[in-house]
Amino acid sequence: MELTTVWFILITVLWVGYFTLEGFDFGVGMLLPVLAEDDTERRVMINTIGPVWDGNEVWVLVAGGATFAAFPEWYATLFSGFYLPLLLILLALIVRNLGFEYRHKRPERRWQSRWDAAIIVGSFLPAVLWGVAFANIVGGVPIDADKEFTGSLFTLLNPYGLLGGLVTLLLFLTHGAMFVALKTDGDIRHRARALAVRLGVGAAVAAVVFLAWTQERTGTPASAVVFVLAALALVAGILSARAGREGWAFLGTFVTIGLAVTGLFLALFPDVMPSTTDAAFSLTTTNAAATAYTLTVMTWVAAIFTPIVLGYQAWTYWVFRKRISVHHIPTAELAASGT
Amino acid sequence: MDVLEIARWQFGIITVYHFLFVPITIGLSAIVASFETLWVFKKRPEYLRLTKFFGTLFLINFALGLVTGIVQEFQFGMNWSGYSRFVGDIFGAPLAIEGLLAFFLESTFLGLWIFGWDKLPRGLHAATMWLAHLGTVFSAYFILAANSWMQNPVGYEYSAENGRAELVDFWAVMVNKVQLVTFPHVMTAAYMTGGAFVLGVSAWLYLRRSTAEGDRPMYRIGIRAGALVTLVAGLGVALTGDLQGKVMTEVQPMKMAAAEGLYETAETCAPFSVFTLGTPDGKEEKFALTVPCLLSYLGTGSFDGEVQGINELREEYAEEYGQDPGEAYYHAGDYVPVVPVTYWSFRFMIGLGVLAAAGAALVLWATRKGRVPTSVWWARLAVVLPLAVVFANSWGWLFTELGRQPWVVYGLMTVGNAVSPGVSTTEAWISLLSLTLVYAVLAVIEIGLTLKYVRAGAPAFQEPPDPGNTPADDDAPLTFAY
Repeated sequence: MELTTVWFILITVLWVGYFTLEGFDFGVGMLLPVLAEDDTERRVMINTIGPVWDGNEVWVLVAGGATFAAFPEWYATLFSGFYLPLLLILLALIVRNLGFEYRHKRPERRWQSRWDAAIIVGSFLPAVLWGVAFANIVGGVPIDADKEFTGSLFTLLNPYGLLGGLVTLLLFLTHGAMFVALKTDGDIRHRARALAVRLGVGAAVAAVVFLAWTQERTGTPASAVVFVLAALALVAGILSARAGREGWAFLGTFVTIGLAVTGLFLALFPDVMPSTTDAAFSLTTTNAAATAYTLTVMTWVAAIFTPIVLGYQAWTYWVFRKRISVHHIPTAELAASGT
Repeated sequence: MDVLEIARWQFGIITVYHFLFVPITIGLSAIVASFETLWVFKKRPEYLRLTKFFGTLFLINFALGLVTGIVQEFQFGMNWSGYSRFVGDIFGAPLAIEGLLAFFLESTFLGLWIFGWDKLPRGLHAATMWLAHLGTVFSAYFILAANSWMQNPVGYEYSAENGRAELVDFWAVMVNKVQLVTFPHVMTAAYMTGGAFVLGVSAWLYLRRSTAEGDRPMYRIGIRAGALVTLVAGLGVALTGDLQGKVMTEVQPMKMAAAEGLYETAETCAPFSVFTLGTPDGKEEKFALTVPCLLSYLGTGSFDGEVQGINELREEYAEEYGQDPGEAYYHAGDYVPVVPVTYWSFRFMIGLGVLAAAGAALVLWATRKGRVPTSVWWARLAVVLPLAVVFANSWGWLFTELGRQPWVVYGLMTVGNAVSPGVSTTEAWISLLSLTLVYAVLAVIEIGLTLKYVRAGAPAFQEPPDPGNTPADDDAPLTFAY
């Protein structure tokens, strides 16, 4: 297999890792005002993702770095072209992360509710904007002969792009609700499960329309198969949630998101950023790629270290596998005196 | 301002801001891990209290270092797409490796450290902080390898066909001679920062009237440990800085000339300027304090070595790279960095670093044999020392980066060619202003939180659970929760 194809696959894997993992912690963040009825329940929710959200987020940093290394032209066109949405995502991630880290550091109600707002908004914006960005990557944007994006912010806010944003929003909300149902106990667990079913139905409708539209525009037989499997996984997840099987339900949305992202990349290949100005200006895995030498070096590094990373990340999930409920939450004073 | 200027301001502000937190993170993670290791082996309550106390301060600081680091990675693509296209084949690799090796390690094991007190056996828990520290070391190595390549491009070939620099020897990039002196210089400076932080905070708490008498021996441990780390690391900084000066003179003679404000080539026994007051173009000198022949030694390792001056170098560069704006990647216009900025940042870096190391030595001496002096001057020193090191770091980076101007990749690509051609001034302004504003607000919050937790002092000792020896109680409250 061509090294450029290998790296296209690896970047797909990184984005699958990012959206399946941070997808649920975005969902948990957005559902904070919906699912939690008091501060203790809010803390239950935040602590379900407490030990892992930071590790989840690194996937996007590695995806960005890997794109820079393996497809520098893609990196340059994408990030300079999608300037304002990306800036908004960065600002959102900044305040969101600090929300998790700083929220409990002072006891005042006002302090905590401000950081709650930071977590909610900071989870909501990336959940929508990543969808908008990816729909536009797959759908194509105006790119000139110099590989420069020639559109504006409004070019990105087309119906297909916005639908993409709605799909990631609903999928992440469902995914987050499934996670809360899986990781908590007591009232909140039941509320989360019921909400996950309702959100899941909405996500399924939006996702099916979006994926069918994608299939119609740029799909291949392979992407069609993957999209159908993604839809089936979502249905299976919803049915499992209804049956009270939270582990299977979460696995369902996990697989759904993973397959949907894979399908989008299949529909994209061999382009990495198609040009709507002229197909000849499209960025492809070949004309956007780094040299074979760089890709070879990077392949070795990835082959050695990716399994190690997956190993210790998986171990973290194992260490924190227990469900959390309101009686596990220490008092506020304890939180302030700890670390 | 045009996009280039705005993008440069953004890079400067965002990067210097980010680097206020990075050295504290690197240094403190090692010190916290050391305290915890001491607790595991010696079981003295002070060590656990110091671990938790400085651990909390570390986390407050790490959080900001982390979020500002995210912007670092993406702004190359956003504001500097010309640069990204030109060097992505080389520069992207260490950046990606940094993510894979360092960021995952840091974030995953810090999660385990924060929440794992009641889940991991004690030794393993201490190891998670060491692993997080290892992550910061990897992070420093790979990002500095990338930066060192910009200072001294090696292991590449220019491809006219693709219009970019292409990697031909990855190992050469990893062991770039600039990297081999920069990495230890930055690492020792980071340990110095962590040490000065622990020294300063401990001394301040020790001297505070309201501190409980029983807590003083614990803070004295902090003072001594912090001072020792600061002094030893400070010597390392001086040693590596000296080596770096020689490598810099070799690969970037203009930077050394600008650092010294040396306009005319000194063929032998170049004097080191401690400080000079005069006109920026070097035509008129009002006052100068110099050490004979020291610059020759610093730059070349020999007291009678030749050090080239700005005027001669400028001519050499004009001849080598041309002054014709037509050649896209090779046009530089004027090859001289802003001399006063380079000159003074170099001096501030060294001066503040020396001040801090001397302060640490003084503290070690004054606290020998169980003594701790209590005059108000020591409290002032406690505040000044950490700040001196932090700002020495900033000046060091400003010197390194501004001294390289107008190049973004030395001798290969100018900053003017690196900027994103498609970004509008409006977009660039929105980015600069929103990031600066958010960062300013966060600085206020961070300082407030740090002071609050410093004032609160080390938490009381509480025997932590020992999951290695006692079975876990599933219904007990978590030891720590957000």
